[in-house]
Amino acid sequence: MQCVVTGGNVKVLAKAIHSLSRIGDELYVEPCFSLCVNQSVQTVFRSVATLEKTVEKCHIELDEAKDRLTFTLHCKHGLLKTHNLSYQDSESLQAVFDKDSYANVFRAHPRLLVDTVVHFPLSVEEVTVTVSDERMWVRNHVEDEAERSRAMLTELCLASDEFDHFAVKAHHSITFCLKELRGLLAFAESTGLLLSMYLDEPGSPVVLSVTDSVLEGNFVLATLSDDHNLCKNNNKGPDAEQPPPPDDFMNDDIDSYLIAMDTSVAPGPSAANPPTTSLAAARETPSDRHRIRRHSEEEEDGDRLPNKKFRSIFFGSVLPPSPQTSMQPVPTQEVLASNSEDETEAD
Amino acid sequence: MPLSTQSQGEDEQYILVTSLDNARNLSNLLKAISFKDHAVFTTTPNGLKVTVEDCKCVQANAFIQADIFQEFTIKEDLITFQVNLTVLLDCLNIFGGSTSAGISTALRMCYKGYGYPLTLFLEEGGVVTVCKINTEEPEEPIDFDFCSSNVTNKVILQSESLKEAFSELDLTSEMLQITIIYFLELSTFGSSGSAHYDYSKDSDMMELFRCKETQTNRYKMSLLKPSTKALTLSCKVSVRTDSRGFLSLQYLVRNDDGQICFVEYFCCPDEEVEEDS
Repeated sequence: MQCVVTGGNVKVLAKAIHSLSRIGDELYVEPCFSLCVNQSVQTVFRSVATLEKTVEKCHIELDEAKDRLTFTLHCKHGLLKTHNLSYQDSESLQAVFDKDSYANVFRAHPRLLVDTVVHFPLSVEEVTVTVSDERMWVRNHVEDEAERSRAMLTELCLASDEFDHFAVKAHHSITFCLKELRGLLAFAESTGLLLSMYLDEPGSPVVLSVTDSVLEGNFVLATLSDDHNLCKNNNKGPDAEQPPPPDDFMNDDIDSYLIAMDTSVAPGPSAANPPTTSLAAARETPSDRHRIRRHSEEEEDGDRLPNKKFRSIFFGSVLPPSPQTSMQPVPTQEVLASNSEDETEAD
Repeated sequence: MPLSTQSQGEDEQYILVTSLDNARNLSNLLKAISFKDHAVFTTTPNGLKVTVEDCKCVQANAFIQADIFQEFTIKEDLITFQVNLTVLLDCLNIFGGSTSAGISTALRMCYKGYGYPLTLFLEEGGVVTVCKINTEEPEEPIDFDFCSSNVTNKVILQSESLKEAFSELDLTSEMLQITIIYFLELSTFGSSGSAHYDYSKDSDMMELFRCKETQTNRYKMSLLKPSTKALTLSCKVSVRTDSRGFLSLQYLVRNDDGQICFVEYFCCPDEEVEEDS
């Protein structure tokens, strides 16, 4: 395999590599077959600013006989930089997703999301994106109750007219890693292309992509699956037989809202005028409540993928049936499975 | 000038008196060779030479000619002593090393002779500090016996392009390999693979390219990496190797006042590698 990248495209390649390096430690390169090189590829394109000024052409060659991937950078002033990197063969990876079948599609300049995520402290690991017909909310995801009372909660609301394209068919709320989002947004912004976001139900990966005539980038991120429903189904308390409560928008208490975060129906708590009850009812179908969703299975491709596992979440308490009653956790909560999975990686 | 308030009598006791309006003209050069704590000062009527060595394999010298100094009085033909370079640099930067235009530290450096400390008078904004640094018995610097008549290959190029290579050097590589054929090549062999930086002899960065015979030599990365500081200060660098594979790197440095000073690094090749001939 041989390929040549010229001029400004070298910078794009370099930025893609830097962006991917924020997601995982290994880079999978797929010309006609797959191979995997370690993070040393990033050192080839270390300084993007210098690259821009000095590199005229980048030649990439695969030597199968010697198990070597060679990057040759032709720079100004007669300087030639050659990097010979070792690689390992690996099986082809396929993320299983069909973004065209997704319920919700958005398109905007990456700047919009960059300006949104900048408000979250660097310590925030996961964000929840919630969509309704006219709005998208982005807030930091806080898991357990103890943490919630101490944590700073940040929420931003984007109106549909801030997007170039905003098409919602199903009101979903998904949670995924912020760190990877930041990395891919930096890359997307540098391409100057519009960013498309395909969002479906919790558990299905969220896909963010940039496309033009020479480049197609799809960033597929796993999302937390919706296990809140699982909890309710096995609830032995007196509330078990009650119909699902309407969304409690009269209750300004953020705590109670977040505790009851039903990921299939979740407009922003700060909405001054709560949406109508009919809207709430329309979203909650019986199947939503009883369906058990697993981890996005597509993401669990053995040990090959970058280690991006999400915990399944079991909410400890639910919304009280009537808005007026104080928050009380439902007395008996049968824990079906402990949180035994690994944490998402710190870097 | 506040520094010249010393009495005439005291001055007569010093065998060496030097002064600089801008101490940075000395401290910047010393930083470029400060990879070890101790330095040997060798002073002659021509000027000052400061030498630092490591492992008996690498030696760096900074030359500050007499005419760089505003005052340079020496009463003997050769004065040598050894001081702690780290301490000296701390003293030279005692006012915080501000780089704003117009603010500089003035320096007067004096020495009474064997057994006496090196005395520094530093002044900035009307504040004067006196530092006395103990001197030690100087160790004899290694004579690498690198003479121009034995030079096999010589390349002079503008520092700009070499700076890029040195800043990107794969530090997981134990060795830095230098090859001179019809190009100058710097190579590293690290944990993830090899990297090569080739400078064509026809490059517009190249000022001189004289290759008498093809040579490939390897030098310990840890010994040469400190030379990056000198490279960063310099505008031009000369790379020379002799028949034994010994390396001489000479850096042309312009100080704050545009005057030229030199820094030089010598390094012996790693013995395990045979030279190509």
